[in-house]
Amino acid sequence: MDYLDQLENKSIHILREAYANFKNMCMLWSIGKDSTVLLYLARKAFLGHVPFPLVHIDTAYKIPEMIEYRDKIATDWDVNIIYGQNEKALKSKQSFPDGNVDRITCCKLLKTTALNDTLSGNGKRYIFNHDKKAYELDKNNEPYTGVIVGVRSDEEGSRSKERYFSPRNQEHEWELGDQPPEFWNQFKTDFAPGTHLRIHPLLDWTELNIWEYIKRENIPVVSLYFDNGEGKRYRSLGCYPCTYSVDSNAKDVDDIIFELKSGKFANIAERSGRAQDKDDGGGLETLRKDGYM
Amino acid sequence: MRVDVLNPEKQKIDNAQDFDIRQRMDIVIIGHVDHGKSTIVGRLLADTNSLPNGKLKQVKQLCERNSKPFEYAFLIDALKDEQSQGITIDAARVFFKTQCRDYIIIDAPGHIEFLKNMVTGASRAEAALLVIAADEGIQENSKRHGYLTSMLGIKQIAVLVNKMDRIGYNQDIFNKIVNDYSEFLKNIDVNPHCFIPVSGLIGDNIAEISNKMSWYTGDNILNTLDQFKKEEIPINKPFRMPIQDIYKFTKYNDNRRIIAGTIETGSINIGDEVIFCPSGKKSKVKTIEVFNSPEVPKVSAGQATGFTLEEQIYITRGEVMTKIGEAQPSLSSRIKVNLFWLGKKPMVKNKEYLFKIGTSRVKARLEEITRIIDASSLNAASDKNFIDRHDVSECILKLNKPFGFDLKEHITITSRFVIVDDYEICGGGLVRETLQDKESWMQNKVFIRNYKWEKGNISAKDRADKYKQDPALLLITGNDNLNRKKLAKKLEENMFHANKPVYFLGMSNLLYGLDADIKDGDKNRGEHIRRLAETVNILIDAGILTIVTASELTEDDIKLIKTSLAAEKIKTIWVGKDVTTDINFDLKLEQAHNIEQNSTKVYNYLKSENIFH
Repeated sequence: MDYLDQLENKSIHILREAYANFKNMCMLWSIGKDSTVLLYLARKAFLGHVPFPLVHIDTAYKIPEMIEYRDKIATDWDVNIIYGQNEKALKSKQSFPDGNVDRITCCKLLKTTALNDTLSGNGKRYIFNHDKKAYELDKNNEPYTGVIVGVRSDEEGSRSKERYFSPRNQEHEWELGDQPPEFWNQFKTDFAPGTHLRIHPLLDWTELNIWEYIKRENIPVVSLYFDNGEGKRYRSLGCYPCTYSVDSNAKDVDDIIFELKSGKFANIAERSGRAQDKDDGGGLETLRKDGYM
Repeated sequence: MRVDVLNPEKQKIDNAQDFDIRQRMDIVIIGHVDHGKSTIVGRLLADTNSLPNGKLKQVKQLCERNSKPFEYAFLIDALKDEQSQGITIDAARVFFKTQCRDYIIIDAPGHIEFLKNMVTGASRAEAALLVIAADEGIQENSKRHGYLTSMLGIKQIAVLVNKMDRIGYNQDIFNKIVNDYSEFLKNIDVNPHCFIPVSGLIGDNIAEISNKMSWYTGDNILNTLDQFKKEEIPINKPFRMPIQDIYKFTKYNDNRRIIAGTIETGSINIGDEVIFCPSGKKSKVKTIEVFNSPEVPKVSAGQATGFTLEEQIYITRGEVMTKIGEAQPSLSSRIKVNLFWLGKKPMVKNKEYLFKIGTSRVKARLEEITRIIDASSLNAASDKNFIDRHDVSECILKLNKPFGFDLKEHITITSRFVIVDDYEICGGGLVRETLQDKESWMQNKVFIRNYKWEKGNISAKDRADKYKQDPALLLITGNDNLNRKKLAKKLEENMFHANKPVYFLGMSNLLYGLDADIKDGDKNRGEHIRRLAETVNILIDAGILTIVTASELTEDDIKLIKTSLAAEKIKTIWVGKDVTTDINFDLKLEQAHNIEQNSTKVYNYLKSENIFH
C-alpha cells in the first residue's frame, strides 16, 4: 500500500462516516481539480453511486468553461447537482467587478452569503433535471447538516488548522480558537440543533498528491488547467476577475506533476494566483471564520 | 453496473519508476512551553535547506534592523505569515524532506490549556520528539506529555535535551535528565529510541554532529528521524472490520447488498467464513466490491472496502466483522478501562455519556473510579469521586448493552474508544478488561450458539431446493385473537396439502412446556420471546415454514426476535383493521373473518417474496 492508497482509503472512510451520520448531506463542488477528485472518491466509497447532491455556488463570475464542464460531468456521471447564488447582491451590483465593493466583501457576498443561504435553505436552490437537461427550482429547502468540502491543509494557513469534521455554529461561524479534539478515527458527529458540520476528506492531500491521483485514476479535469499553446494555464480556479493564470507550458498531467515535483512550481504556493488571499492578509482566516469554504 | 463514459478503465501505470510516490511520515514535536520546540524546528529547516531562497538572510536582516538577536524560532513565525507566497509552513505543520522520505512535523502546543489540540496533533503522528530544556529540567508537562503520547499509541519516541549551550554542555546534567526521565517512562512502559543532547540555538546535533560534546556518541536529530520505522500495517492480527454501513442502492438496477467498512487488522479472502460481533450471525464472503478497479481476491488492514455475503443476514452499522477460526472479541457490558479526560466539565457518576468504539455507539455510565493517576507524578491522587479535566484514570464503565471488545493487550487499535458529552468528544481510552454481568450473558449465549452451531451434511440450500421453499417465520399478530388462530391453522392445512413442510407452533405449547420454569410471566416477556425465537430457529434450520400467532407484537419484540433470527426470515402479518402497536408489518389483512380469502392472500404474498419457489 503506497502513500496515495493510504490517502484514498482514509478519504473513503471519512466519506462513509459522514454518510452514515448525516441524514441531510451534500457535497460542495467547485468544479476544480480537488472537488472533482473528491467526487470521484465518493463514487469509489459508494461503489459507483453518489448518494447525495452536489452543491455549486455560482458567483456568476466563474470562468465560462467551468460551468460548461460542470453540466457535462453532471450528465456523464449522472449526479444530482444543485446550484445557488446571491441573487440580491448580483441584482444590486454589489460586486468587485462592478466596482462597488472590495474583493473581500465581494467574496463574502457572492460566496459566503450565497453558500450559507443555500445550505440553510433560506436561499433558492436550483436542481438539474436530467430529463429536461435544464435547471429548475428545487422544492426541497431542508437545511444540510453535513457538508462535504474538498479543502486541503497545505493550501493556506487557516485550512492547515482544520479538523476532518469541523463544526459551524448557528451563524455558520468557525470557532477556530476552540476546536474539538479529534483522534483515533473518531470524529465529531454529534451536534446541537441549528449547527452543522463541515467534513474535509482531503485534508491530508497535497496539490501534488491530487495530480498524482488524477494521473493514476485517469480522472477527467477541466482543460483550463493545461496550456493550450499560449504558454499559460490556471493552477487554481475561481472567479475570472480575481484568478490569474500562470506562465507554464504544462500540456498534460505528467507535465504538471513534473512542474510541481522538481520544476518551476516546486517552491511556489498554489493559491498565489488568488487575489483575495492577499487582501485577507496572506490567508483566508477572516473569510473562513464567517463560513467561507 | 454503470461504468464511466469519460473514464472507461483505470490507466495502467507502465512507467512505474517515473511514477514514484514518496514515503511520508508524520512526526509530532512536543514539549513544555519555552523549552525550545520552535528553535529546533527552525534549525532543522535551515540546516536541511528546506527554506525558500533568501528567507534566512531576510529574517536575520530584520532582526538586525530591530536590534534584537536573531533566533531560529523567528523563522517559524516569519514563515507562517508567508503562507500564500512561501511553501508549506503553517502554525500546526511544517513540511521538509530528507533523502529518505518526506516529513511533516506537527507542532503540538505546549501549554496545558491546549492539551486537546496536542492530543489531536499527536494522534496523527507515527513518532514523537519530546523536548526537555537542560537548564529547567523535567517539568510536570514533560511527564504528562510522555504519558499521553504513550496512551495515544506512539511507540517511537526520541527525547531531545535542548539548550545544552546554557549548561556548558555538561554531561552530568544531561545524564541526570536521562536517568530521571527514563525511570519515569519505564513506569508507563515507554522505551525511548534515544536521548539526544542538542542546542537549537547553536545548531548542535541537529543536522550535524556537534564537536562540543565529545562524550556523546549517538546520532543527531536528522539521522534519528530517518531511523524511525514506518508503522507496520497490522495484517497479521485477527481480522476486524467495524461495519460502517450496509449499502443497497437501487439506481441502475443495482441489487448488491454491500457491507462497507475499513479493515482495522488482519486480512480476508473471498470464501472466508465470517461472524459478526455482538450478534453472532454468520455468513461467507461472496465478493469483494470495487469501483473502477480490477477485481481482487483478498483485502487487508488499512483498506476501505465492501463485501457481499453468500447468505443474507440482518446486521447493522456498529457490529464488528470477524473471521471464524480466529481469536474473537469478548462480549460484555461492563469494562475496566484507562481513560484521559479533556472535557471542560468533569466526568461524574450517575450521568449518561455516549461511548463510541469502532463504528458503534452506546450509552454508558461511570460506575466506579479505581484510581486517578496524576499524569505528572504517577501517584494515585486522593479519593476523588469524579474525573477532572486533564486527569488520567483507571475506572469501570457500565454500558447500556453488551458489545464485543478487544483488550489493549491483544489488539490495541480496536480497544480504543472515545466518550462524548454534550455533543463533544471529551475523553479517550483503552479497554483493559471485560467484566461479566447479566445482560452480557444473553448476548454471549446467542453468539456462542451461532459460533458453535453444528451443521449436518445437508446445507440450507439443499433443503430449500428439495422442499422448494425458503423457510421462514410467519408471525401472525393483531388484536383479533380468534381469527388470528383460525387463519394460522388454515394456512398450515393448505400448505401441508400443497406438500410444503410447515408447522403451526402454538404459544401455549411453549408456555407450559419449555417455558414452565419461567415465573412471573409478564416481567419475563423478554425470556419468553428469546425461547420462542430459539425454538423457531431450530425449525427453520430444519427447512420448515413455521407459523406463530401472538397478540399485538411491538417493534421491540421484533427487534428481540431479530437477535436470534435473520430479519429477512421474519414475515409479519397484521390481522384486523386497526393497528394498535408501532409494528412495521409486511402484510395487513383488514377483513379478519374472511379466513379462506386471507389464506390465499398470504399464500400469494409468500410466493411473491420467493418463500415458495
